[in-house]
Amino acid sequence: MFDPAAVKRDFPIFEHHPDLVFLDSAASSQKPRAVVEATVRYYEHDHANVHRGAYGLSMRATEAYETARQRMARFLGAEADEVVFVRNATEALNLVAYAWGLEHLRGGDEILVTEMEHHANLVPWQLVAARTGARIKAVPLTAEGRLDLDAFATLLSKRTRVFAVTQMSNVLGTVNPVAELAAAARERGALVVVDGAQAAPHLPVRVRELNADFYALSGHKMLGPTGAGVLWGRREALADLPPFLGGGSMIEEVTIERSSYAPPPQRFEAGTPAIAEAVGLGAAADYLMRLGMENVWAHDRALLEYALERLDEVPDLHLYGPRGADRGGVIAFNLGRLHPHDLATALDERGVAVRTGHHCAQPLHRRLGVAATARASFYVYNTPSDVDRLVEALLEARKFFADWL
Amino acid sequence: MSLLEELYRETIMQHAQRPHNFGPLEGATVKVGGHNPSCGDQIELYLKIEDGRIAEARFTGHGCAISQSSASMMTDLIRGRTLDEALELERKFKAMVVEGEPPAPELGDLSALQGVAKLHARVKCATLAWNALEQAIEEARPS
Repeated sequence: MFDPAAVKRDFPIFEHHPDLVFLDSAASSQKPRAVVEATVRYYEHDHANVHRGAYGLSMRATEAYETARQRMARFLGAEADEVVFVRNATEALNLVAYAWGLEHLRGGDEILVTEMEHHANLVPWQLVAARTGARIKAVPLTAEGRLDLDAFATLLSKRTRVFAVTQMSNVLGTVNPVAELAAAARERGALVVVDGAQAAPHLPVRVRELNADFYALSGHKMLGPTGAGVLWGRREALADLPPFLGGGSMIEEVTIERSSYAPPPQRFEAGTPAIAEAVGLGAAADYLMRLGMENVWAHDRALLEYALERLDEVPDLHLYGPRGADRGGVIAFNLGRLHPHDLATALDERGVAVRTGHHCAQPLHRRLGVAATARASFYVYNTPSDVDRLVEALLEARKFFADWL
Repeated sequence: MSLLEELYRETIMQHAQRPHNFGPLEGATVKVGGHNPSCGDQIELYLKIEDGRIAEARFTGHGCAISQSSASMMTDLIRGRTLDEALELERKFKAMVVEGEPPAPELGDLSALQGVAKLHARVKCATLAWNALEQAIEEARPS
């Protein structure tokens, strides 16, 4: 196990904001010095375009970029040629939805999603469904905030061509039994697409053990820079996937009439990629692997348990999400009838940063029967004293807004 | 006085808890929806425009204390105004909450929202109803 207070010292943002209690890592994490420095070092020492130049510097840039790919492969338990650099999980999911969906989906086909999906793993499928005539069905939730597995078994049919599921809910923290669900879906012949945006930063992921075809993640939620994420694809699944964006770098040979395409992963990386951001993401993966993802998960879990215990002391506080080992460090809540936006302003006054709104999961909020929630989420630099500050701020807010409870 | 106390004044709290003019308007001549995609706050604004004046204004929807109180006070204030007068009030309100200018006297109770200018995260809450008003007036004007 690592010492989160020592980890915190690796993050310059907390030097500049010493009183900040940052509880919004599920939206975007802070960056350790190692990531910032790797990005700067790349620009100062190694930058040129990749995969092109016949000169030393371009070779160095290419090597830095490809090293980052290898690091992400190691992070995911995958091979480097299965790692496609994209901007973020949203782009990764759109890539699969468009490239695979437009090629394979037909009228009457079904795309099975879940009620807890982030809009990123729902809206792309709606767009593709509208163009192909496919229909969207959703696995409902239980009252505790888990997927209803009986309903899943019923909804999964021979018409199901895609099963798109998040590994961890960005609102409830629920960690879904993806390997089990994916195996059932693939047995029925469905393509399995996993949104790992929340899970990958927080728990050990071995993509091969998930029985998935594709896995999407955002680098900026796992200590990396904004603008670099990963689409992992099973080698056979990637090989069968037609291009999404066309342009430079993704081709083999081009004539005026037609082109042939490079093998994966280059086939899906048209144009100059976000090289420095990918290098930074590689450094972030290294940083997390040094901490050990088992330790990151154990830290999140311990902090979550402590937080749930302390938050249970706050009267009128309504907490969402399941209680159990299948839950990551995310807590959505509401205080009485107070709108979460007003609550967040009160918390912000005391240096506690939480997110409010529907967290890009409107169908889930509709299911919870609320328009919005406040959400605290934890990461490697959060300490029990951050939880204490949250609880104090909530108690103060409760006093201030007493009329609203 | 803390920023919080400056913002959540008695006036705002009263309007937010018991909003004026809340509920649909029968015989509305124009109805527009507004929403704040970042937080999910929603408003439906109903206006009854007669002879170029806003005879009645009501709203429905849900949102935070800032967005609700702003809509409540706005619908009070614009009743009986011409469309141009209403747009002028909108300009003055936005000057206060967006630019941080001192409140124009015509804004009346709405001056209670001037603290919003210091809280950038909340400007969109305060302007939600006013953006709907601007759109409603645009739709109501003969083109």
